[in-house]
Amino acid sequence: MSRKVFIGCGAGFSGDRIDAAVPVVRTLSRLDGERFLIYEVLAERTLAIAQKLRRDDPDKGYSPFLDAYLSRVLADCHAHGIRIVTNMGAANPLGAAKRVQALAAELGVRGLRVAAVTGDDLLATLSEAEILAHPRIEGLDPEVRKLVAANAYMGARPIAEALATGAHVVLVGRTTDAALSLGPLVHVHGWGENDLDLLAQGTVCGHLLECGAQVTGAYFADPGFKDVDDLAHVGFPIAEVDAHGELLITKAADTGGLVDRATVIEQLLYEVHDPRNYLTPDVTLDLGEVTVDQVGLNRVQVSGARGKEPPATLKATVCFDAGWLGEGEITYSGPNALARARLAASVVRTRCTEIGITERVRVDVLGTQAVFDGDAPQRRPTVEFPADGEYRVRAAARSAHRHIAQQVADEVLSLYCSGPAAGAGVRQNVTAQIGTASILVDRAHVTPGITVVDAS
Amino acid sequence: MNEVDVPLHAVAHARAGDKGNRSNVSVIPYLPEAFPYLLAQVTEARVLEVFAHKGATACSRYVLPRLPAMNFVIDNALEGGVNYSLGLDGHGKSLSFMLLGDIVVRVPEHCVPTHRQPR
Repeated sequence: MSRKVFIGCGAGFSGDRIDAAVPVVRTLSRLDGERFLIYEVLAERTLAIAQKLRRDDPDKGYSPFLDAYLSRVLADCHAHGIRIVTNMGAANPLGAAKRVQALAAELGVRGLRVAAVTGDDLLATLSEAEILAHPRIEGLDPEVRKLVAANAYMGARPIAEALATGAHVVLVGRTTDAALSLGPLVHVHGWGENDLDLLAQGTVCGHLLECGAQVTGAYFADPGFKDVDDLAHVGFPIAEVDAHGELLITKAADTGGLVDRATVIEQLLYEVHDPRNYLTPDVTLDLGEVTVDQVGLNRVQVSGARGKEPPATLKATVCFDAGWLGEGEITYSGPNALARARLAASVVRTRCTEIGITERVRVDVLGTQAVFDGDAPQRRPTVEFPADGEYRVRAAARSAHRHIAQQVADEVLSLYCSGPAAGAGVRQNVTAQIGTASILVDRAHVTPGITVVDAS
Repeated sequence: MNEVDVPLHAVAHARAGDKGNRSNVSVIPYLPEAFPYLLAQVTEARVLEVFAHKGATACSRYVLPRLPAMNFVIDNALEGGVNYSLGLDGHGKSLSFMLLGDIVVRVPEHCVPTHRQPR
């Protein structure tokens, strides 16, 4: 009988809490079974940023957070036989693997085997024109822009193969987030390509873990309605999965947070469209009959996922330079603040027009549920807001030209001396933008490769 | 049976996610007995109306009876999404609470859990 698999998650995005994995590793170290720690740090745009880093330095292009995340856990994981699977490889999994070995040497961790999974980078095998000829299913029209990155979403199999080399740490670039968990499950339990229901349960496991604490009470708390104890110390999730696909979600011991039906159901449907047809490279997931049951304190069982054949094609994300976003903000507080903020907004609009900015400029008054508003002139009807209070004016514009984005931000700055009374706290941001589109590619274009990097 | 009009926020919780210019918002009742009332009243048409001023063009509802929960998928709800939007929340992460606040439902009193006052 195969052993139970425990998978803990240490990060759900590239800005996630740097030390969240420490209690996860402590908990895993006391468990008996095959144990894994995953980190998901590769949003669509994150990979494009990494690709630019690699262009500047061929040894770089992996997650800039790799050292910060792994230096805290590498020695303990290795001492306790906890294997690490992460997409910190980003645009350079092999470079990441070498860096992990160097880190191990610095930390005095001996006998570490690291594996890099490659093959997702379409720019390595196809020309730009070939990439852009593929059918686009979503996003910007890339034809008119400069391509930065193009990566196909690989599935769980290459990760399972990498683990089969005996690697203690597996670094991948673009795979589905769920594959970070499904890969270890396929490796340990030996699930085949036709074990569709098992692959479905494993994909649910990965889907629930991939956003870190979003399944353990974070992105959830709503005081008085959905209370979560000690959110400041929210524990990151741990899944237990047996060979039959029985799946239990819990969290690191001695932490805050909450695992109950509500936290799990919210995450189960997070970024899902048709729950009966969730496409992944490994399986088409059907969540239609899934049940979620509380089986203990902070222990929730998830059952009944069904699997269908995966799609013939793979999804790929194409990233390209998309100009600049300029933003400026200023605050008005106290008596009649709303009227002063609205006057400031109107001054910015007038000025932007008169200095000849032809780009769309959006000006909001934050504090008036502005994130719910549509772009001007379409505004949300209804709600009245107090005349006195604290309101923050925000102007934003996108432009192909940095100086124009800057000009819009500067129109907010100038309100200090040239706007309504008592404008305060100006902040400006001008940031390079990366646009994305999703395309479908033939599986034949994606050949996974595995490179083992042993300690020298 | 005593019925009350309450914001959806009193009887259900929700989470929003994005893929491009498409938003998905789950709606999950606190108490399963509220679910039939939500099914009848939180319709595709009403949800689309809540997102209309953002330029939304279509709304599909998927029902998961065994949770129970509903999942709404709203097309063109995000002013272009993170690629295009000039708003502060290009991902539409806050839109779950727009839905919870803007939709009022009529339910029997026993479908409304006793929420304690915020600390």
